Amino acid sequence: MGVKMMRMSKIVRISADLLYPFIVIFGWYVIMHGHLTPGGGFQGGAVVATGTALVIVAYSYQDIKTMINKTVLWFQESGGLMLFIGAGLGGLVIGFPFFYNWLANSGSLFGTTVIYGPNPGELNTAGFLPLMNIAVGTEVWGGLTMVLLYMLSGLEKREEA
Amino acid sequence: MFWNLPYFTVVILTFIAILIILTKKNLVKILLGINILESAVNLLIISIGYREGGVAPIFTLAPSMTMVLPTPQALVLTSIVIGVATSALLLSFTMVIYRKYGTVDVEKMKELRE
Amino acid sequence: MITDFVIKNAPILVVAIPLIGAFLCPLVGRISPMWRKTWVLGIVTVTSLIAILLASMVLTHGAITYVFGASTSDLTVPIDSGGIPVRIIFTVDAMSAFMEVITALVGFSVILYSMVADKERSNLEQYYTLFLLLICSVMGMVTTGDLFNFFVFIEISSMASAGLVAYRVEKGRAIEAAIKYFMVSTIAAIFFLFAIAILYGQYNALNIAMLAERLQFTLLDKIALILIVMALATKCGAVPMHFWTPDAYTLAPSSVTAMLVVTSQASLYGLFRFVFTLYHLHLNYVMIGWFLIIIGVLSMVIGVTMAIPQKDVKRLMAYHAISQTGYMLLGVGVGLAVLGDSTQLTRFGIIAMEGGIFHIINHAMYKGLLFLTAGAIIFRIGSRDMNRMGGLGHSMKYTMIFFIIGALSIAGIPPFNGFASKLLIYESVYLFNPFLAIIAMVVSILTLASFVKVFHSIFMGPPLPEYSNVKEAPLPMLIGMGILALGILLFGLFPQTVIDTLVHPATAALLNQSSYVNAVIGGV
Repeated sequence: MGVKMMRMSKIVRISADLLYPFIVIFGWYVIMHGHLTPGGGFQGGAVVATGTALVIVAYSYQDIKTMINKTVLWFQESGGLMLFIGAGLGGLVIGFPFFYNWLANSGSLFGTTVIYGPNPGELNTAGFLPLMNIAVGTEVWGGLTMVLLYMLSGLEKREEA
Repeated sequence: MFWNLPYFTVVILTFIAILIILTKKNLVKILLGINILESAVNLLIISIGYREGGVAPIFTLAPSMTMVLPTPQALVLTSIVIGVATSALLLSFTMVIYRKYGTVDVEKMKELRE
Repeated sequence: MITDFVIKNAPILVVAIPLIGAFLCPLVGRISPMWRKTWVLGIVTVTSLIAILLASMVLTHGAITYVFGASTSDLTVPIDSGGIPVRIIFTVDAMSAFMEVITALVGFSVILYSMVADKERSNLEQYYTLFLLLICSVMGMVTTGDLFNFFVFIEISSMASAGLVAYRVEKGRAIEAAIKYFMVSTIAAIFFLFAIAILYGQYNALNIAMLAERLQFTLLDKIALILIVMALATKCGAVPMHFWTPDAYTLAPSSVTAMLVVTSQASLYGLFRFVFTLYHLHLNYVMIGWFLIIIGVLSMVIGVTMAIPQKDVKRLMAYHAISQTGYMLLGVGVGLAVLGDSTQLTRFGIIAMEGGIFHIINHAMYKGLLFLTAGAIIFRIGSRDMNRMGGLGHSMKYTMIFFIIGALSIAGIPPFNGFASKLLIYESVYLFNPFLAIIAMVVSILTLASFVKVFHSIFMGPPLPEYSNVKEAPLPMLIGMGILALGILLFGLFPQTVIDTLVHPATAALLNQSSYVNAVIGGV
């Protein structure tokens, strides 16, 4: 039979469709609040990639090949990496060393000052750390999904060969 | 004695992992052994940072100011990411070896002898 | 203004520029192949120039530190931290500058060579991405002053080089070599992480200078030292753990092999850095020195004796790489064994260490040249088996000349640079223990014998009919090899200049732990 008929039953497919947005939202919550609660870039990115893996397992690889475009994933990966390095190099352009937190305590994007000590967390703080979290989250999502897709395509080639 | 329990676990996991890497013949099992070794080291680093009566080192809604060390948590996070990339690369290599040689038995891969 | 910017931020630019080049390489490659070639060559040229500029700055002004994320790049000890360097600090002293010069030189020649040698493969964007990542990680390994950062760069270099070794699949043999190499590398790196965990748990510091100040040599520190020495000796191919070296060096594309030699040297640099600067006189230097001497001698002898019966030209050269690593370990081991005894140190210890360190740069150059010539021959002929080659001296004249330069240099014949460093090693090791010097000279003679065999079987003899339309290697390959050959000739003709400028400051920096600590913590 091979890999062609590995599609799961209708109940599983619809449940995966219903669960996928919630997993993505939870993953992005973990990414965005990385400077306030446990979590951050890699952890949230892995959660979102798990959501994509759920959809890939529920549908067969033949259907997923038409739905997910590998070029988009490639640009997602490169874009995440460039945003990370760009946030680090931003300090170099201004005159400070590499990875200097040029957005912290500055009043602009993510720039509110925080007093030392226990506090109810505020999202608009911590300088370029949320930017780096978003960059790493995007990159990990793209990267892990691409690894899954390439491994599945290797499996399919072996079945045909 | 009770507070040394994580360190005993680290030693036991390391021995199990080294035993697996040295004696098993299936390539996938050797990769699992490498993963267990990685987990043992991560456990060691995390348990170094523990302080008695400490809470998570986060200032948001913190119950008290006695906290465990945050630096080992950052080290372990990096190590876990490296472990994921390592496992992905090794598994891809195993898939291609299976496709070319037809077996994942380490004893049978003797093309590059002498 | 650009030069001010570059001078102020040079330690980070040598790592950041290849990193950006690696990440943007797929996007640039989609435009056209010519853009990709220009992009890669431009990035490597800029990196090499900045590395040489940084080296000259360090050799004139002393050690340079660069702190990540502080408000100025010198603020190693923040005011409110109580005298502890808390951030990641790049510390470039004379030994790091020495290794950077090597990486810049070999990296530039190899990329120039690989413009032509790897042109008809598919997926070239991924190839150059991994190559630039490898260059970035080697630069990072030699400039960092932080233990965990060193571990991260070791892992990046293992992954990038494993991907590059497996690049040409060759019916699965390259994948087998890559998986062997990568498994050994990963296990070595995990044991290195054990040592980091032990040291961090005791002293709550990850910076090398901070640890050097706080170290008391307890039992746990001895265990950490053994783990560090074994892990780094595995990564550089010393003898009990050398089994990955022949397979990985043989089946990689030739430009990658030359870069893998530099990666092994960077692990050797890490070994010297941790033994000399982190532990210094605390450790039982006689025992560790003799341990390095013993594995050095074993590497020399086993490398050369296993190289003689080989039929595959690159596998033979890989065994010689193991043997030459033994020379470096022997030289520095002798220096370590007399570290506490200052009369013997000034009599022959410093000269032995200078010989070992000078041998690092010589080995990178002549071994790189030999692998590139072997690659040129394989590029034109298509097989690696020496029994089927013959009579190529008629058609590939320049390649033959470069091969002769490399082979005479590795055997230690004057006026090439191998002679200079080997003479330093022979002189000083003879004063330490004459038996070791005699073994070193016998190994040198056997090296010459095996290269005479290779030369005869590849280049001499009548031209064979099946190779009648083999032309000379293409021009970018010849220029890449020519740069390394020119370096060999210059270093061989003026060795005293090289020792005074590059090697002596590097040895002095290794032996002088307090200057390193003062550069970071600032004389507290």
